[in-house]
Amino acid sequence: MSTSAARAQQPARCAGVTAGGARCRNRAAEGGFCRLHAIPARPSEAPRAPVSGFEEQLSEILGFLRRRFTGEYDVDDFGLDTELTEKVVLPLLRLPYKNWWRVEQRGTEHIPREGAAMIVANHSGTLPWDAIMTTVGVHEATGRHLRQLAADLAMRLPFSGELARKTGNTLACKQDSLRLLEAGELVGVYPEGFKGVGKPFKDRYKLQRFGRGGFVQVAVQAKVPIIPVAIVGAEEIYPIIGNIKPLARLLGFPYFPVTPTWPALGPLGMIPLPSKWIITYGEPIPTDRVGEDDAADPMYLFNLTDEVRETIQQMLYKTLMTRRGVFT
Amino acid sequence: MAPRRVLITGVSRYLGGMLAQRLEADPDLEVFGVDLEEPQHELTRTEFIRADIRNPLIVKVVQATGVDTVVHTATVATPARAGGRAMMKEVNVIGAMQLFAACQKAPAVERFVLKSTTAVYGADPSEPSIFSEEMVPGGHARTGYAKDAWEVENYARNFARRRPDVSLTMLRFANFIGPDIDTPLTRFFGLPIVPTALGYDPRIQFIHETDAVAILDRATREGIRGTFNAAGDGVLYLSQALRMAGKFSLPVAPPIGTLIGSLVRQSGLVDFSPEQLDFLLFGRIADVARLKETFGYVPVFSTKDAFRDFIGRARIQRVFNEQQAETWERNVYDLVSRLASASGVGREAR
Repeated sequence: MSTSAARAQQPARCAGVTAGGARCRNRAAEGGFCRLHAIPARPSEAPRAPVSGFEEQLSEILGFLRRRFTGEYDVDDFGLDTELTEKVVLPLLRLPYKNWWRVEQRGTEHIPREGAAMIVANHSGTLPWDAIMTTVGVHEATGRHLRQLAADLAMRLPFSGELARKTGNTLACKQDSLRLLEAGELVGVYPEGFKGVGKPFKDRYKLQRFGRGGFVQVAVQAKVPIIPVAIVGAEEIYPIIGNIKPLARLLGFPYFPVTPTWPALGPLGMIPLPSKWIITYGEPIPTDRVGEDDAADPMYLFNLTDEVRETIQQMLYKTLMTRRGVFT
Repeated sequence: MAPRRVLITGVSRYLGGMLAQRLEADPDLEVFGVDLEEPQHELTRTEFIRADIRNPLIVKVVQATGVDTVVHTATVATPARAGGRAMMKEVNVIGAMQLFAACQKAPAVERFVLKSTTAVYGADPSEPSIFSEEMVPGGHARTGYAKDAWEVENYARNFARRRPDVSLTMLRFANFIGPDIDTPLTRFFGLPIVPTALGYDPRIQFIHETDAVAILDRATREGIRGTFNAAGDGVLYLSQALRMAGKFSLPVAPPIGTLIGSLVRQSGLVDFSPEQLDFLLFGRIADVARLKETFGYVPVFSTKDAFRDFIGRARIQRVFNEQQAETWERNVYDLVSRLASASGVGREAR
């Protein structure tokens, strides 16, 4: 509306010439040139100072591609490639996060904005989409990268292992988790493991055994709080109604799921159902109550494991009560 | 106690030769070098003894020279260099056995420095992401060089048990890199098109050749007991390293990869032993905190700097370089913004 008036107030145009040979139509800043033409292109810098949102984005994308192409980026010792994760992987994952599963987060104030903590959640859904969506959720809420601990199968498979590493995940073992916590990272653990992610549909929202409680030992040793997390909705994405054990054994997988659509519909059966998700973060459970030799006291560790498990189970029930329907 | 007389095995190879050069510059030291071939380095004061450490006569060398410090750098990593896998095993394992036996009988020996490798940890996705020294290798990569190196370490530990007066330093080096050193990995990066495993991108870690020599030098002079990982800070992905080197990679599916691996091996271009192919799938990273804190050496080159130094000075043929990439970037930027302004995108700036 006021474009013509604005134009009238700004008579000076840039004296530069674009790469196409036409006169530059940008506003002149200092010295009769626009910002684009005033700054000489320097090597290893962004090629031009961006002048609009579009050009800014363009130069950002091109700069990103160049750094990818010349290897000029940094990864941490565990292999987290921050730039790749933030610029490519997380934006792609936000699509199913926002549009497919419409993830709602509750209690995000319990996620520490800095310092180490262990996030412990229930595990479900045949494929670990719940872990992936929690990574997105934690990044949405805090901007932090959740360092998830994955099964060695996930790290061994081609592409899966590579992508898992580059987005900051690592093998579920004591050494790695302790090292990450000591470095002040947020670590994500799914103590049910394959027992949880591959359980039949009839057992939905019933927490399985929490392994041997190794995660609690690590948290106690590192003196970091445990944040219980209940994920509701992931149970319904691929309802498991059967398990072809011989095929699983043949392929070396812990289970070979049969869902209403898989393997009946072939690759189409891999499309998860669009259930509505609610991720609830509970109050941190402190792990430094007794004192010195906590990590060596099995009784304390058992009780703490039970407490974490019980808390998550109660959170699951509570969230399920408030849920209107599976898909809404 | 400061060392007086030092014996270096493998003196004709890069690290042994460089260490001898460095040590002989110190007038307080007498340096003896043992190997089968003539040294490649110009050595002025080092006394070269042509001897085979596999031969029991090595005990005569150790006793006659009256050395107080032995630096064992003769473990070979590649079968072709030794003349076949059987020969390689003999040089590595039997050679080390004879050398330790000789040292055990030489009361003058007070200090033993062993050049080992992080390959002893193996390369496997079910192992921790970062290896620290107390981690005992699992059942993985128990073949070839890794197996030899682990066995040599075991002989060293047994020797140290029998001779508690000897201070034993074991240095587990990551992959060496630098403008001068020649290893399977430096040759790998020299290939015109580099085959990689499809769907895998290992994290790798380097130690610069000058840092490696400085670490061996410090171990020889100071005699710090213990086992230490030695590597530059930080990690690189293999894909990232290849981009930095201006190389294109050819990702191949692992079963075919093994085939190509063996073809490349047989062609003699790159001499990889089979367990090193695992390394190209899963990589291996060692923790260097103990090197910095207890051993007291902070590598000058980080992994990335070491690799940069290698690609800058080792005359690696680049398929593309950064300047080209920047030119492309500018051209695409100009083209797209011209197209965009023609079609009216981004008009709000005007």
